[in-house]
Parts: sequence; structure tokens; C-alpha cells
Amino acid sequence: MNRKMTPLLEAREISIRLQGRQLLERVSLKVDQGEIVTLIGPNGAGKTTLVRIILGLLKADQGEVVLQPGVRIGYMPQQLALSENMPLRVERFLSLGAGRSDSDVATIVDELLIGKLLRQPMQRLSGGERQRVLLARALMRRPELLVLDEPVQGVDVTGQAALYSLITEIRERFGCGVLMISHDLHLVMATTDQVLCLNQHVCCSGHPESVSQHPAYLELFGAPASARLAVYTHHHDHTHDIHGDVEAESEEHSHG
Amino acid sequence: MDDFLLRALIAGLGVALVAGPLGVFVVWRRMAYFGDTLAHSALLGVALGFLLGINLNLSVILLGILLALLLVAMGGNRQLSQDTQLGILAHSALSLGLVVMAFQTSIRVDLMGYLFGDILAVTASDLLWVWGGGLCVLLALGLFWRPLLSLTVHEELAQVEGVPVARMRLLFMLLIALVIAVSMKIVGVLLITSMMIIPAAAARRFSRSPEQMALIAAAIGAIAVALGLAGSWHWDTPAGPSVVVAAALLFAATQLGGKTGYP
Repeated sequence: MNRKMTPLLEAREISIRLQGRQLLERVSLKVDQGEIVTLIGPNGAGKTTLVRIILGLLKADQGEVVLQPGVRIGYMPQQLALSENMPLRVERFLSLGAGRSDSDVATIVDELLIGKLLRQPMQRLSGGERQRVLLARALMRRPELLVLDEPVQGVDVTGQAALYSLITEIRERFGCGVLMISHDLHLVMATTDQVLCLNQHVCCSGHPESVSQHPAYLELFGAPASARLAVYTHHHDHTHDIHGDVEAESEEHSHG
Repeated sequence: MDDFLLRALIAGLGVALVAGPLGVFVVWRRMAYFGDTLAHSALLGVALGFLLGINLNLSVILLGILLALLLVAMGGNRQLSQDTQLGILAHSALSLGLVVMAFQTSIRVDLMGYLFGDILAVTASDLLWVWGGGLCVLLALGLFWRPLLSLTVHEELAQVEGVPVARMRLLFMLLIALVIAVSMKIVGVLLITSMMIIPAAAARRFSRSPEQMALIAAAIGAIAVALGLAGSWHWDTPAGPSVVVAAALLFAATQLGGKTGYP
């Protein structure tokens, strides 16, 4: 009972300077059990730095990180720079994470639709496949807290939506808290419970809908063009240009 | 077969069996230049060993550890990229070694022997060092195989999953220093890294798992030693370089046969 009351993770007033640059200033955040918290912010806002501090990979100058005692963390890193010279199949990569029985592994593999990939070399995976394998590795540890650094990196737009809905499913199935970094608020809106808009300090935070209206958010990311919102509300009836941006014709959809 | 040739073969096989499995990590971790730096500094270790009158294997190991620690400390310096740092250390250590040796007029040092190895002059006590040190390295590799592998795949992920990353990294450097120290006499400081890298690279094509690659690398290294010594005997060529040439030829042979795609 008591376990339910204390947050999985609480970071208080985290500040850090690196090489004369203030990367984070008095940043606080909290993740409760079963809650999805998303960090958004422009490049260089300190999102990854904050995650690294939370994971104990980097030491903050000030502030503290309090994890629920004994909490198991599953971490999905941003990149995997594996040497071409390392023969490593997906199944072996997953087993390095350890901790699960075979039937558990099978469940996770089914859940993430990576059964066909198990005997493939890690280096031959596509962006979307690689991210799902990384997510599976994080889940192998029976995590109570999942930390995902840009989970949709290198994934095409349709794949991004699928991956986000997968993360929501995982939260429901495994009941874990999730802290993730994303570059686009509107893609994660349906997924996330709490949003923290970061730019060295916390610009604004709260429910995704309210953050998207917040002046500080608008200042950082610009006014929400109706076309951008369409990514969230009209998921399948618009087109994308080569950069994944929604093309102007979706404007018509919102009128029609 | 002559006694000295048999000793050379046993010593060479000892080096190959250790250098292969350690070498695959050097290749995976892209640390070839790091290995070179430690190897070049071994000559300074030899010079200091003479100067202080201590066991040469020991002085080489100690200097290797010292240098590894120095590199870890220098790693914090972002002003210079790591290959520049390694370049500075490698060549200053090698040159300093040569200079220190030149000052010691009282002893005659077989410089060529240390640079390129003198496998035909291997003594029984050298054999003990090679196989004793080699077994220690293999034992450590076996014991810490999984954390080392995990670290090699993704350092931060390994750390989050509870691998003592800093200690494992240090252990790895120590193992390299140890292998260099015990095999210096066999292939020489300028060639020892090649015995780690070439067999490992040759093994890549035939391997489907990390363990397989380590074993195949050891086997290819052993074949290279046998071929190299046979060639050296036959054509009266220097033994250490002959072994490396044999390894290089084996590597070239594995690259033939078309397809570049790895299994």
C-alpha cells in the first residue's frame, strides 16, 4: 500500500553545469506508478542530460534523485552504435538484458512483434525494428519504471504512431511507470499523462492539452498550425511530405 | 624437430590462443590504436625494468597499467580527440623507451628482439610466463565474459543494468597490458597488436555469435603461428614477422569468395 503512495521516481531541483554551460536549472519531476510522463523540448534543452542524471550515469551539481527503494528500471537508449564486426543476433542481444524466464521472453517477443527478427544480426535491423528490439530488451528486466530516450528515433511517421500506441499498451499490461523523451508533443498527446516542457528549466508542465496551449510552450515551438494538430486528430486522412510534415491539403479535411 | 623450434611453437600457440579471444574485444570496441599505444609503451617498460633491476615482464605490466590509468584520466580532456591523445602517448613512450635504453651503456640490449620478437630464443621460463599469464587472462575473460560483452554492446545500458562498467573497463585494459607483457618476447612490441586484430578480423566472416568469433580467432591465430614458423624455418626469414605475414595471408584468404554480407 505504502509502495503505491510513494512515486517511482522523484527528481528535485536538479541543476548541472557542463563546460561552462548551464544545462539544467532547478528541474523537478515525478513519475508515479502506471503514469506516463513525457519530456519535450528543443535540441540542447537538456532532456537527455536529465535522463542520464536520473539513471545515475551523470552526477548533478545540485538537487537529488529519489527512486523508490529497489525499483527495477528498464532503459531504452537513444542509439546503438554496434560495430559491424560483432556477430550478434537479436536473441543474443535480448538475453544480455537477462532476468526473464523463457515463457516471459516469448510473451514480450509476441507483444512487440519481433519473433521473425530473433535470428537476424542486430546490424541488419531497420529503424523501427531496432527500436522495438531495444524496447524488448528494456522489458526483459521486469521494469517498474521504463525510461525511453527518443523511442521513435529513426522510425517513419506511421511507425511512430504504432510505437507510441505500443508503449501505452505496455504500460497497461505491465503496469509500469514510463518516463520518455519526445521531440513532438502532438504525436505523444494521446499517449501521455503528463508533459514537461524543458528548456534548461521547466517552461511549463501538466496535462498535454493544457501544455499545448501554454504561452511558454507556444513561444518555444511556435503557434500550433492547424495542420500540425491534424497529425493528432485526423490520423489517417492526410498526406505527408518527404520530411514527415503534413501537407497543406489537410486544411481542407478540417473544413470538410 | 629441434628443441628451440618446439619451444617457439609452444610459446607462439600460447600467444595465439590468448590474443584471439582478447582481440575480438579490441576489434569490437574499436580499440586497435589503444592496443598499439600500450604495446609501444612496453619498450619503455623494458628500459625502466633494466634501469631499476626488476623483472622485465613485471615492469612492462606495471607500466601498461600506469598508462591505462593515465589514458582514463586524459579521457576527461575533450580538447584533444582520443586518437590524438593515443598518438602522443604511443610515440612518446616508444621514443622515451629508446632514449632510456641508450643511456644504459653497461648492458647490451637486443633492441630488434624487443621490437619484432625473438621467438627462436624463447627459454623455458619464457614459456612459463606465456602460458601462466595466458591462462590468467583466459580465466578472467571466461569469468567476466558476459559483463564485458554487455559493456561492449552498449556501455550506458550495461551500467543501468548493473554492470560495474568502470571496473570492467579497467580489467579489460589490464588484460591487454598482461598479454602484451607476456608475448612481447615472442612477436615484439611493434607486432603484438596484429596478433590480436588480424585473427579476429579473419574470424568475423565465419562467426554467428561472439563466442564463436573468439574461438575461431584463437584457431586462426594458432594456424598463423604454425605456418609462420614453418615458413621462417624453410626460408630463413625472421620468425615474428613471418607469423604476422601468415596471419595477414589467412585474413586475405577469408576475404576472397565474393559476398561481403556477414552471416
